[in-house]
Amino acid sequence: MEQKGYIAGVNGPVVTVRGSDQFNMLEMVYVGNEKLIGEVIRIVDEDRIIQVYESTTGLKVDEPVYSSNKPMSLMLGPGIIGGVVDGIQRPLVKIMEESGVFIGRGIATEALDIEKEWTVHITVKEGDQLEGGQIYAVVQETELIEHRVMLEPETSGVVRTVKPDGEYKVKDVVVEIEDRFGVIIPLTLCQYWPVRKPRPFSKRRRLSQPLVTGQRVIDALFPIAKGGAAAIPGGFGTGKTMTQHQLAKWCDADIIVYIGCGERGNEITEVLEEFPKLIDPKSGRPLMDRTVLIANTSNMPVAAREASIYTGVTIAEYYRDMGYHVAIMADSTSRWAEALREISGRLEEMPAEEGFPAYLPSRLSQFYERAGYMDNLNGSEGSVSIIGAVSPQGGDFSEPVTQNTKRFVRCFWALDRDLAYSRHYPAINWLNSYSEYMDDLEAWYEEHLDKDFMGTRRKIASLLQEESKLMDIVKLVGADILPEEQKLVLEIAKLVRVGFLQQNAFHDVDTYVPIEKQYMMMKIILYCYKVSSEIVTSGIPISQIRKTGLFEEIVKIKYDYGNEEEDIQRMSGLYEKIDVELTKLKDSYKNFERKHS
Amino acid sequence: MRIQYLGVKEVTGSLIVLEGVKNASYEEMVDITLNTGEKRVGRVIEIKDDIAIVQVFEGTTGISSSNTRTDFSGKALELPLSKEILGRTFDGLGRPIDGLGEIVADVKWDINGNPINPMARKYPRDYIQTGISAIDGLTTLIRGQKLPVFSGNGLPHDQLAVQIVRQAKITAETTDDNFAVVFAAMGVKNDVADYFIRSFKESGVIQKVVMYLNLANDPVVERIVTPRCALTAAEYLAFEKNMHVLVILTDMTTYCEALREISSSKGEIPSRKGFPGYTYSDLASLYERAGMLSDREGSITQIPILTMPNDDITHPVPDLTGYITEGQVVLDRGLHQKGIYPPIVVLPSLSRLMKDGIGEGYTRADHPQVANQLFASYAHVQEVKALASVIGEDELSQIDQLYMKFGKLFEEKFVAQSQDENRVMYSTLDLGWTLLGVLPREELDRMDDELLDKHYVAYNG
Repeated sequence: MEQKGYIAGVNGPVVTVRGSDQFNMLEMVYVGNEKLIGEVIRIVDEDRIIQVYESTTGLKVDEPVYSSNKPMSLMLGPGIIGGVVDGIQRPLVKIMEESGVFIGRGIATEALDIEKEWTVHITVKEGDQLEGGQIYAVVQETELIEHRVMLEPETSGVVRTVKPDGEYKVKDVVVEIEDRFGVIIPLTLCQYWPVRKPRPFSKRRRLSQPLVTGQRVIDALFPIAKGGAAAIPGGFGTGKTMTQHQLAKWCDADIIVYIGCGERGNEITEVLEEFPKLIDPKSGRPLMDRTVLIANTSNMPVAAREASIYTGVTIAEYYRDMGYHVAIMADSTSRWAEALREISGRLEEMPAEEGFPAYLPSRLSQFYERAGYMDNLNGSEGSVSIIGAVSPQGGDFSEPVTQNTKRFVRCFWALDRDLAYSRHYPAINWLNSYSEYMDDLEAWYEEHLDKDFMGTRRKIASLLQEESKLMDIVKLVGADILPEEQKLVLEIAKLVRVGFLQQNAFHDVDTYVPIEKQYMMMKIILYCYKVSSEIVTSGIPISQIRKTGLFEEIVKIKYDYGNEEEDIQRMSGLYEKIDVELTKLKDSYKNFERKHS
Repeated sequence: MRIQYLGVKEVTGSLIVLEGVKNASYEEMVDITLNTGEKRVGRVIEIKDDIAIVQVFEGTTGISSSNTRTDFSGKALELPLSKEILGRTFDGLGRPIDGLGEIVADVKWDINGNPINPMARKYPRDYIQTGISAIDGLTTLIRGQKLPVFSGNGLPHDQLAVQIVRQAKITAETTDDNFAVVFAAMGVKNDVADYFIRSFKESGVIQKVVMYLNLANDPVVERIVTPRCALTAAEYLAFEKNMHVLVILTDMTTYCEALREISSSKGEIPSRKGFPGYTYSDLASLYERAGMLSDREGSITQIPILTMPNDDITHPVPDLTGYITEGQVVLDRGLHQKGIYPPIVVLPSLSRLMKDGIGEGYTRADHPQVANQLFASYAHVQEVKALASVIGEDELSQIDQLYMKFGKLFEEKFVAQSQDENRVMYSTLDLGWTLLGVLPREELDRMDDELLDKHYVAYNG
């Protein structure tokens, strides 16, 4: 390793290096005798300012700094899925082998297991012309995921030699190509890609498919499209992480990249314990077989927290290029923004709002714009959806990170403290949240579900709106004064809230609900509303309807009926039941009136 | 050979700037000797070429540009540790102040610690019975959790902490041998520290307590180090000696104010309310030192106490704390004024780890649903109260009147208990059922029929 400079100053994670004009912007460097990993983030005359991804305690002036001659890059190849890495793609298992239960410093380790042998099938033959992004080998990475090894985007050439199918390690050469200058390029099972550079694609598509999550309030009211971006803002204790976990478990993406960015250590441990045990409903395989975890907890170095977001999105793009649908859960983007602020403060940059740097909005937009549904270079199609949690200070949505995030996402799931206090989970407030993807997805819902889905959804949404208006009155004068029709609105809206929007993540059946059942539930509630309002207009008080026990039965649909097709079929029996019960009620009332008239 | 540096270039607040320094390392400790013979310690917080900025823990009073000699130790602050620390009292920098002499160290650990590898953690699942219904029933404390108490000035958070220590030690599988308390005081008043010491003595745990005291009249800068000393000692006891350690940190607000003071004297760019931008990371480096490891027996459970300035839960200190810790127990002035002890207001209180540590096989099968129902019903009580304050209690519907009654009983019977009352988990849950009996069965929409059949009894009384 060639020494290129020496340390001239240390301030937290920011180190000034002097003695060389050769370090490039964003180059990865090794700092000090312990070779801590760092990245050049600014060049001022002779000085190179470096952010160090590990604790800088004990660094001295005049210690050497070594160059790596490459930008901060990720190693992309089989073995990523199922792994747990820190913000700069170092596997935590390897770190544990090196330094025990506490994370030590200066641990240089390969990002992938280079000793493991993979069963490789080569898909090209000699003489084939290979363009950037094209697949030349496939590896069964986990039982769920076939890893398609691709040529790096900006290279091309003619295949000259091909190894036979068989067992190979990540760094073994399996194919050689000759580019147009006659240079032979050996291809292994892995490639390197700079973490801050978006991977190229051929065309961005219009979003038209939903990312089905099995969460009723999301799928039915505020859906997100595959390739879309959503934000989940909420104060502490409102269930951001819980919602993210639910999405990571149940959404219908092929691959999940979960970024624990500056959050709790125990939460990562929970995912690690839980995901291998949870079975994916579609494939019957453990969820860990489709999950990548990036864990940079709040007590790990702050600069690596800043990098973890880019590490996650780059891995996601790599799998998108293979033709997969990838969903990123970034928990939490506020911690990432704070890492930016901290580094910016150490660099003595001029702050904008609340101490955040002026480039916060542009960084946020760069991140969220890496989401999308793409035609890839190799002709396949894939998507990256980004779901970012936001932790606003004091639960106040007017702070800079929430506000700027709102500008770059089209789906906003606002978590509400009052709902969380009354243990209404998921605590997504139906009045503040929105999804702009609704119109894009209309065609899909009509084709795959029912023509009337959108209409049903709108009716449910307007019921909730009306309830909130009525509640303003109730808060002042009490519910007794309302006319019966409006009392019925309150009663039905309560059914929607308790029976439909509340979803129990710990209940085996309720934790994931297929969209067909969601639709059926909405229809039954609306049918009940329709029939009941006929009864109410005929002068029968609501308390009588309440006595039939129908409302309780509807609230418990979520537990009483399973998620299989025959269960959903069985649910249509409820229409009849509603009819029977309410006709009975009407008849008994008629008899009653006859007797007394 | 060590070089001694004479004099300083600049003095600002608690910082001194030295020039011509060779080989200083970042965050190393320095010894400063004044010409009166007085010794002070400091820490390097920034180096730039041959200039070193040093933070002096005892303050810079009496330092001039020529009257000091400074030695660089070449080491970060290390704490001498052995099992002897049990029952001892130290100052905020980890030096003994009980007159019993220095600790014979088995090991010396860097007080900054290193982050625990998330892969090495064990997910906490065993609950700690505190004997306090509002905590056991609704915000269950789990061994290895960090659960802060959000309080205000004048509220009985100290009494609550003492009660938890006293009652937690005698349950589950902790025995006297493997239970310890580490107590760190940051800028608390002398009599508060006294209260803790006296209570520890009375409940007979004093031999199991390690104390690090930085009192209100001790140097402010020292406060940055105090919790780190305490947590290093806790890590030693838990992960080397396999003990179950309960750490009490009080008062985190004072700690953060010390952080702010130092930050502003360094001329850093402030973020909210003048607190530095790295307050979150700094607090995380403390709170995240709780937990359990998969290959060790011991555990660190943290109960940080903080006073919310002006009872404002959105103040940066409680706010950032809530984002890091696994829940919070919130005390409320309104309840306190009604004479309810402990004045725990349950709705904003939360234990994140509770979901995996209660229910069948842990506490009792009905626990999750009882807790959920109590929360939901009590949340509705708040709506009814708001309505009652407008239209008057008499005008409320019959069902809402029942809610009012439930709310009153809940506060008086469930939340309130005396300072030496130790309720077992079963009686807390049974009490919950008794109170839910006030409400008609149809109102209990968070429970399934099976449980209701088994436990629901209408309340009469």
